[in-house]
Amino acid sequence: MSAILIFLGLVTAIAGWWLARQRLMSKPWLEVGPIDAFPETEAPVMHPAKIGLGVFLAVVGAIFALLISAYFMRMAYADWQATPMPWLLWLNTGMLVLASVALQCAVVAAHKGQLDNLKFALLTGALTSVAFLGGQLLAWRDLAAGGYYAADNPAVSFFYLITAMHGLHIIGGLFVLGRANVRAWRGDKLARLVLTTELCAMYWHALLVVWLVLFAVLMGWAADFIDICRRLLS
Amino acid sequence: MVDVTPHGADLIPPAEVGEMELYHPHSWWTKYVFAQDAKVIAIQYSGTALAIGLVALVLSWLMRLQLGFPGTFDFITPEAYYQFMTMHGMIMVIYLLTALFLGGFGNYLIPLMVGARDMVFPYVNMLSYWIYLLAVLVLVASFFAPGGPTGAGWTLYPPQAILSGTPGGTGPGIILMLVSLILFIIGFTMGGLNYVVTVLQARTRGMTLMRLPLTVWGIFTATVMALLAFPALFVACVMMLFDRAIGSSFFMPAIVEMGEQSPHNGGSPIMFQHLFWFFGHPEVYIVALPAFGIVSDLISTHARKNIFGYRMMVWAIVGIGALSFVVWAHHMYVSGMHPYFGFFFATTTLIIAVPTAIKVYNWVLTLWRGDIHLTIPMLFALAFIVTFVNGGLTGLFLGNVVVDVPLSDTMFVVAHFHMVMGVAPILVVFGAIYHWYPKISGRMLNEFMGRFHFWVTFIGAYLIFFPMHYVGLVGVPRRYPELGDTAFIPPSVHTLNEFITVAALTVGFAQLVFLFNLFWSIRHGKKAGDNPWRATTLEWQTAGTPPPHGNFGKELPVVYRWAYDYSVPGAPEDFIAQNDPRPSTQGGHA
Ligand code: HEM
Ligand SMILES: [Cu+2]
Repeated sequence: MSAILIFLGLVTAIAGWWLARQRLMSKPWLEVGPIDAFPETEAPVMHPAKIGLGVFLAVVGAIFALLISAYFMRMAYADWQATPMPWLLWLNTGMLVLASVALQCAVVAAHKGQLDNLKFALLTGALTSVAFLGGQLLAWRDLAAGGYYAADNPAVSFFYLITAMHGLHIIGGLFVLGRANVRAWRGDKLARLVLTTELCAMYWHALLVVWLVLFAVLMGWAADFIDICRRLLS
Repeated sequence: MVDVTPHGADLIPPAEVGEMELYHPHSWWTKYVFAQDAKVIAIQYSGTALAIGLVALVLSWLMRLQLGFPGTFDFITPEAYYQFMTMHGMIMVIYLLTALFLGGFGNYLIPLMVGARDMVFPYVNMLSYWIYLLAVLVLVASFFAPGGPTGAGWTLYPPQAILSGTPGGTGPGIILMLVSLILFIIGFTMGGLNYVVTVLQARTRGMTLMRLPLTVWGIFTATVMALLAFPALFVACVMMLFDRAIGSSFFMPAIVEMGEQSPHNGGSPIMFQHLFWFFGHPEVYIVALPAFGIVSDLISTHARKNIFGYRMMVWAIVGIGALSFVVWAHHMYVSGMHPYFGFFFATTTLIIAVPTAIKVYNWVLTLWRGDIHLTIPMLFALAFIVTFVNGGLTGLFLGNVVVDVPLSDTMFVVAHFHMVMGVAPILVVFGAIYHWYPKISGRMLNEFMGRFHFWVTFIGAYLIFFPMHYVGLVGVPRRYPELGDTAFIPPSVHTLNEFITVAALTVGFAQLVFLFNLFWSIRHGKKAGDNPWRATTLEWQTAGTPPPHGNFGKELPVVYRWAYDYSVPGAPEDFIAQNDPRPSTQGGHA
């Protein structure tokens, strides 16, 4: 359960940092008075939807951290046989990186008010994401063609489970990104697209990070890395 | 009193900022059925939770009938007993208590108490309820599935959960259970995002975190915990669903089943236990923290005294929330683990007792020399404290590895967890309903029926669960539908079992009176007015009761003080509302 504990440590650190700025040491029973003294309740600086997405991403992070924890737990057993990794995953990783970059460009374009750039960036983001999903499907087919079915060997089951879970999150995101695309191409007011674009970019960056970690875990690098750390410590 | 600004407590204009665009329903359907108003969603959540809770209650009667009078009822076969037990446990913990505290009270109280017009994402909030309802329906469907619901125990431990020896294991029972849990978690996550972001972002002006009522602190922290703990159950359910549906082997070791080698091979059941308890232990506190918060507010209001040690209460809530994530393995002492780990988890378990004890002391000190009104909410709050202390003491026993090993899997454990996570939170639920019902309906609940309900429930719960500790100590195992002729079990146990069953049926009957009261008082209850308990928090200061769509009038209230200004010396009344701008000595309700 090390992965989830590390993840929770991160969340706790963020929560702690935030709580530390909330005057938890104040003595509310002595502080009667108007509100000028409490700037932290003034109009919020960040849009609630972004905070909401941030909290949601923490939940998503927990899900994947737990999957990784389970993966490591199972990996420690003597009969573990690693899955061969289809080379296609490299290409897919590239696609997802492109999608993330495209959405970052979209954010920049939205802020600068360049509707045309925004449209193309959003479309690129969506298409590269679809390409990523297609690539993942092909990778599955490769594996199955090699005789590696989900039910055979725990490592293979984990591979299908983890990639499917990640893919489902991308599909969920594509609904929102698709809607943003439709609105952009229909010529909706740019000001109304800024928020969706920012949310999409945030979500995609997060899923990219998740994928990179998953990729490292599935490739076995993460385990090697942990091994090295362990040896350094002892 | 120290004023924090140089110019003192002047009147300042209410906020024009921070108001949200409200969704306004246009038809009966969008107003009462597909509603986006958190107050309506709260009632939908509560109604559904209470309805499915009633099913769990009936199941507990059936189990008690079997335990008290074994062999009398033909239809309660051992398989049926396991199914009743599993569904009873699962419904009570998740579909009743979690849904009621977070979906029910959370939805109703958070926006009102922090001074918001509604939750920040009303549409998502609505979806949350409908997915919860779907989860409940899937759960109910498993009762009618061929082979019946799963009988794997509420912990659903594999491998037995999906083998043919367990009721529902190879039929649709277990699948429906897993799907229902997955749906519940998705629905809860949608609601949970709302509760968290509303507390973070939609507080009215002047409502600093340290001015929040403890109820909000409790629900808020519990929601954060649930958002991080439920993923473990989610992952466990998905993996088990894979094992059951496509024959993968996440949790399933190689097993010979009915003389045949099962297709599974190489899975790890211990992995499931880790995942399950990573969720399961925080779950105890997910139910407990809202209860802690609500009890603090009930006590303060009905003892007309400020809560003792507000700051410590807040820190304790946050501290318990954080600590409860690093104790999960104390449920697995019997699964065989490295003794150092056992020591670590035993220590963290005992450390949690510290903030919990602080809370109990603070409640007692709040009561100390208070002007205690023995209203029904107060009675329930007091009963909670007594019960919680009781249960907590037996819990300290079980937290020790040495003591836990022999007592594990006896009725002692059953009695213990019913005390702390069954009876105690349920008492708070009742207290809270008696307290807030006047705000929700505009009428008081009937006093006579309420007192009857309280005394029968309180005394009855002790008559049920105290003898059960003894039954466990002499070694009666849990999850046994029948004892048979076992040499070490004295005859007194059988008499006690009959007695417990009679007590359980009586308590169950009292709950029906309560349900009747809920409906009866909507029409016939005494008119409550806006603030019948003369409480300080914002939900009692709304424009009208029940609060209208949008909660407050044209302007949101502005908060000038914390939530516990009761019996302030020099004030004309014994409470000062949070949005009362006048300095304490002239304050009060003119
Ligand atoms: C009048 C109230 C109640 C009665 C009479 C009752 C009775 C029982 C009985 C007889 C069992 C089976 C014990 C066994 O054979 O191992 C049981 C199990 C259980 N009950 Fe209750 N119960 C009540 C209320 C509650 C409440 C409010 C909760 C909420 C937390 C709850 C949670 C559980 C759980 C989690 C189990 C364990 C199920 C399992 O072993 O898988 N019960 N209860
Ligand atoms: Cu625990």
